[in-house]
Amino acid sequence: MSNIIDLKLFELVEKIKKKEISSTEIAKAFIDRSQKSKKLNSYITENFENALQKAKQFDEKPDFNKKLPGIPLAVKDLFCTKNIRTTAGSKILENFIPTYESTVTQNILNEGGIIIGKLNCDEFAMGSSNETSYFGNVQNPIYENLVPGGSSGGSSSALAAKLTPVTIGTDTGGSIRQPASFTGTVGLKPTYGSCSRYGIVAFASSLDQAGPMTQNVKDCALMLEVISSYDNKDSTSVDFKRGQYLKDLNENIKGKKIGIPKQYRVDGMPKEIDELWKKGMKIIEDNGGEIIEINLPNTNYALPTYYIVAPAEASSNLARYDGVKYGFRSKGENLIDMYEKTRSEGFGDEVKRRIMIGTYVLSSGYYDAYYLKAQKVRRLIKNDFDEAYNKVDAILTPSTPSSAFKIGEKTNDPVSMYLNDIFTVPINLAGLPAISIPAGHDKSGYPLGLQVIGKAFDEQNILNIAYSIEKNINFKNNINDWWIN
Amino acid sequence: MTIDLKTVKHISKLSRISIDDNKAKKLSDDLNSIFKFIEKLEELDTEKIEPLTSIAETNLKLRKDEIKSKNIREDILKNSPEDSKDFFVVPKVVE
Repeated sequence: MSNIIDLKLFELVEKIKKKEISSTEIAKAFIDRSQKSKKLNSYITENFENALQKAKQFDEKPDFNKKLPGIPLAVKDLFCTKNIRTTAGSKILENFIPTYESTVTQNILNEGGIIIGKLNCDEFAMGSSNETSYFGNVQNPIYENLVPGGSSGGSSSALAAKLTPVTIGTDTGGSIRQPASFTGTVGLKPTYGSCSRYGIVAFASSLDQAGPMTQNVKDCALMLEVISSYDNKDSTSVDFKRGQYLKDLNENIKGKKIGIPKQYRVDGMPKEIDELWKKGMKIIEDNGGEIIEINLPNTNYALPTYYIVAPAEASSNLARYDGVKYGFRSKGENLIDMYEKTRSEGFGDEVKRRIMIGTYVLSSGYYDAYYLKAQKVRRLIKNDFDEAYNKVDAILTPSTPSSAFKIGEKTNDPVSMYLNDIFTVPINLAGLPAISIPAGHDKSGYPLGLQVIGKAFDEQNILNIAYSIEKNINFKNNINDWWIN
Repeated sequence: MTIDLKTVKHISKLSRISIDDNKAKKLSDDLNSIFKFIEKLEELDTEKIEPLTSIAETNLKLRKDEIKSKNIREDILKNSPEDSKDFFVVPKVVE
């Protein structure tokens, strides 16, 4: 039999249903490889023993009607998992053990999935390189000392290194799609309201969405089916009829109109990315789709808008970390002093920076000039997409303006770090679904991704387009296990 | 618009995050470069544009006002840094 860790999720599910393989065997294979891969620092918390027990229980009393029958997987450490430590990559939650389960991970458990651990991420998901985590940098399995992207960097690293068959991340401005692009994997941010935010450590509530990160589009469709659900515990959860994404997955894109926004051709973008984009367009045309140039005139205003809206919401969401009800507490002379020291010692620099930006833009005298202004520009950005979707069914862009960079390369300049998300942030502001799929390599051999953006709740369409591109591109990740001695 | 040290101190007070003078200087530089970047929005005329406050734009559903979680006192106190019986403990507030 071929190596278990090389099997795709849908293959593991088939084999387990045919009883060719047991849950315990799969769990052991991924746990064994995870233990040999500590150098990547993908995990914050391991749940190996407990997972092996659960796998044994599944094998004793299997239920093959589940979508993830006895499948072990690790998840980003931003999802609250009952009785399993959940840190959000922060010192302030270093010892936090949730007494409840997030809806998304509950959906995974309900479908037979087994959590083998919690994966590293930027602190409170604020970052594009996983370098803001209190638990240290994560290595990209593609090459030593290369960032895995962020904020779901532990997830992308663990997935590409085959420490988990699939994983889930969260995406506020690109935190699923950018790390997927940097590691040669698939990442999907669903429409805002598709996956419940209940039990996900909040960053920017009007932008946050959970989504699947997988080796291929088929696995992505399956995972989306598992995690997307209406949930009355999240007031922004949308009650729409969810698709049968896997069953309805097909590569027929004949007659589809695909928009190419000229504003995404940014200065200084490497030639390889432009060529990759053209390759994507050609595949679409060769398969009967139509390429149409579109205009998203306010694209350049998306990042400045995001860096008002997201920190504003974060400053409000993170007010709860005061050292009283849970989390880290520092000693203070009085209550205020205790708050100030707790937050100063408990949060890292990037988180403090964003709380302060948010506090400032919401403060008396500046609210209209910054926050209200940003909300108005957010409307303009959404209108751009609405207008474009009168003419096209989906939009094709690169996922990122560059390939993965070196650890430490951008840590001193916050704005250059923020520019990483230039192609992904507008989609969160407009609440749309988008998928990043690996599509080629740059001259160093690092992976590059293409992004397909859809209409709201049109996940099936972008999955199908991505499926078609994937079949034609036949991407292979070059990973030589350099971190295993 | 520049954010000077005095403003940084003010924001740190509002944020309830204590900042020492060394950090305040670095923070002031960072915030200035970020705000320079943000101020690009001033180019746009948004006078007649409605702010977009929520992307979902759905009406909130009504539900019955009933207790769903019962007997979770222990759960609530489980992660507290300091508690006593049924209470969270904080530094003395009233003299």
